[in-house]
Amino acid sequence: MLKTFSIGGVHPQENKLSAHQAIITAELPRQAVILLGQHIGAPAKPIVAKGDVVKVGTKIAEAAGFVSAAIHSSVSGKVAKIDTVVDASGYAKPAIYIDVEGDEWEESIDRSETLVQGCDLTSEEIVKKIADAGIVGLGGACFPTHVKLTPPPSFKAECVIINGVECEPYLTADHQLMLEHAAEIVEGVALLMKAVKVNKAFIGVENNKADAIEIMNKFAATHAGMEVVPLKVQYPQGGEKQLIDAITKRQVASGALPISAGAVVQNVGTAFAVYEAVQKNKPLFERVITVTGKSVAKPSNFLARIGTPMSQLIDACGGLPEDTGKVIGGGPMMGKALVHVEVPMSKGSSGILIMNKKEANRAEEQTCIRCSKCVSACPMGLEPYLLGALSENGDFERMENERIMDCIECGSCQFTCPANRPLLDYCRLGKAKVGGMIRARQAK
Amino acid sequence: MQKNMYGVLIALLPAFVVSLLFFGLGALVVTATSVAACVFFEWAIAKFLLKKSTTTVGDGSAIITGVLLAFNLPSNLPIWIIIIGSLFAIGVGKMSFGGLGCNPFNPALAGRVFLLLSFPVQMTSWPVVGQLTSYTDATTGATPLAIMKGIAKGAPGFSVDQLPDAFQLFIGQNGGCIGEVSAAALLIGLLYMLMKKIITWHIPVSILVTVFVFSGIMYLAKPELYVAPIMQLLSGGLMLGAVFMATDYVTSPMSHKGMLIYGVSIGLLTVVIRLFGAYPEGMSFAILIMNAFTPLINNYCKPKRFGEVAKKK
Repeated sequence: MLKTFSIGGVHPQENKLSAHQAIITAELPRQAVILLGQHIGAPAKPIVAKGDVVKVGTKIAEAAGFVSAAIHSSVSGKVAKIDTVVDASGYAKPAIYIDVEGDEWEESIDRSETLVQGCDLTSEEIVKKIADAGIVGLGGACFPTHVKLTPPPSFKAECVIINGVECEPYLTADHQLMLEHAAEIVEGVALLMKAVKVNKAFIGVENNKADAIEIMNKFAATHAGMEVVPLKVQYPQGGEKQLIDAITKRQVASGALPISAGAVVQNVGTAFAVYEAVQKNKPLFERVITVTGKSVAKPSNFLARIGTPMSQLIDACGGLPEDTGKVIGGGPMMGKALVHVEVPMSKGSSGILIMNKKEANRAEEQTCIRCSKCVSACPMGLEPYLLGALSENGDFERMENERIMDCIECGSCQFTCPANRPLLDYCRLGKAKVGGMIRARQAK
Repeated sequence: MQKNMYGVLIALLPAFVVSLLFFGLGALVVTATSVAACVFFEWAIAKFLLKKSTTTVGDGSAIITGVLLAFNLPSNLPIWIIIIGSLFAIGVGKMSFGGLGCNPFNPALAGRVFLLLSFPVQMTSWPVVGQLTSYTDATTGATPLAIMKGIAKGAPGFSVDQLPDAFQLFIGQNGGCIGEVSAAALLIGLLYMLMKKIITWHIPVSILVTVFVFSGIMYLAKPELYVAPIMQLLSGGLMLGAVFMATDYVTSPMSHKGMLIYGVSIGLLTVVIRLFGAYPEGMSFAILIMNAFTPLINNYCKPKRFGEVAKKK
């Protein structure tokens, strides 16, 4: 029996159209628009001004506090302006615009292909290097990695869990990264283990990626205490709490940090970025992103610089198809529709999904018949039908009692609802409102 | 939604086919009348009384109510009574509460019980099986449950020998309501619905197990009064109720734990009514009573939440 999480789950169509497409290095944009808030926490503070000349890898904004992350230029050229740009959330956010000239990298970055193994740095030095490189969780949540690697002293890390699940349909960026850079990822995992002083690491990969499991196994075998765990294909296997549950059989309590279960979870992409940051002195300024969709001419995986407009990547796949209904940032389950395609890529951009008109059309909403399919599907054991009704009626106090803050916004409820109720939208609305209420209470 | 509703209809097919084999014309007339009347009343009430621009006729729920109501009626029931039953089921049981998804009680059962209380004579005379071309003129006879009740009450003229054997009960060769007679056909429907994940096992299995265990205990205690548990399982509306009536989405609990409490309670109530009550059959009453408890069960039986186990440590 393959390991999996304990409660709920669904089986969406996988639709991995871009699987096994070799990672293509995307062309440089003419102008890079680099957001200052690409992570959870305070937006970074710019340390460049209009007219400054920067290189690839030059730090252009520094972390504003502990829970924040530094930002580096992804291109070489001149700072055109510091202004706002509409990002994937649909709101205008501050960003640094850089006009691209050539492709000159900081000299400190090691651009060779040689694999660097072993590391003489102490744990603290590794964490500092990761923080300096501006690394955040690349699975999508963008939590600053150095914060996760510095758990509160009352907790003790027992193992590192690497998330190579990629349970979101359509997306193949992590899969392809594992196929092409397994050696580097494994070195990154070793560094992460050293950073949190544990001698055990699990690399969780869904069983539909047999080739990735095989190659990760091959390289993981060269390190003591590193184990690849094949997991059942079940959504949301890659949810942080679900992954910890599947691999260690420990459930993180409501409101507690994953570290309370002794686990430090990092995405494979993050592990790769950690390797590059520590061993190659390369800050995080580019990442792998999947551009896909049923009507897309050439679904692809790109290595693209942060700040590249989405439209450029879509053009590289054959352009926006004529029957486009929606462009989603991320995957079909958790992604959000983009307001336009000029949104710049950020550290958390794992994919662009182009839905055709038919797929983008939301079926007509019907009344809830209390079939309880959403209750069975919810991986957190919540009652989405109830949360949806409460949210619809604006009863946010009761939503808090029904533990809306436990919701991981995986969308399993909406996926399974036979009445086409927009349960995820209702839950997200409720979570935002209740989150605001909790913050207001704490501020008092 | 439509997919689930039509899935239920497909699951009801085997029982319908069996009813045609045993009750012939009568089964066809009653079912057709009931379905047509239910769909018509749903449409007419939504359009003319509630003045809604769209109606929910297309979703198939009124068809299901129609079929289930018919399945709970004897095959010689006159058309005008069926129409009154349909009007009560849809009009009072469903639309008065706001239509699909809002009704606290199973509409088909509400209709059936209304008819049972209003027309006790017509509702308790069941044609003997095999009269394929007769309708209201069919010869009637005692159902297995009526015989069992007679035995339990010690009434003269009732004995265990009059009961059909378990196999006859299993395939449905006995008197009773149209859709309830064949346990075999209903079980095929149950398997289909489980396979298609339309329902989960919790409610039907908990009802059947409870009835088997509870009536088994009673049988062991007083075999001269009570029949063997297998006979209880296979007779009357138990199988129809456990598979199709109690599992109605709208009126049953949401969490698995809640479903089990609901199912066990229905099983207990059914046996209590069957063995000690005035009526030979208790399934409809048991389900309706537990329908009333469903909101309470939902309030107190939350699904097992992620991380709760860890919290207790």
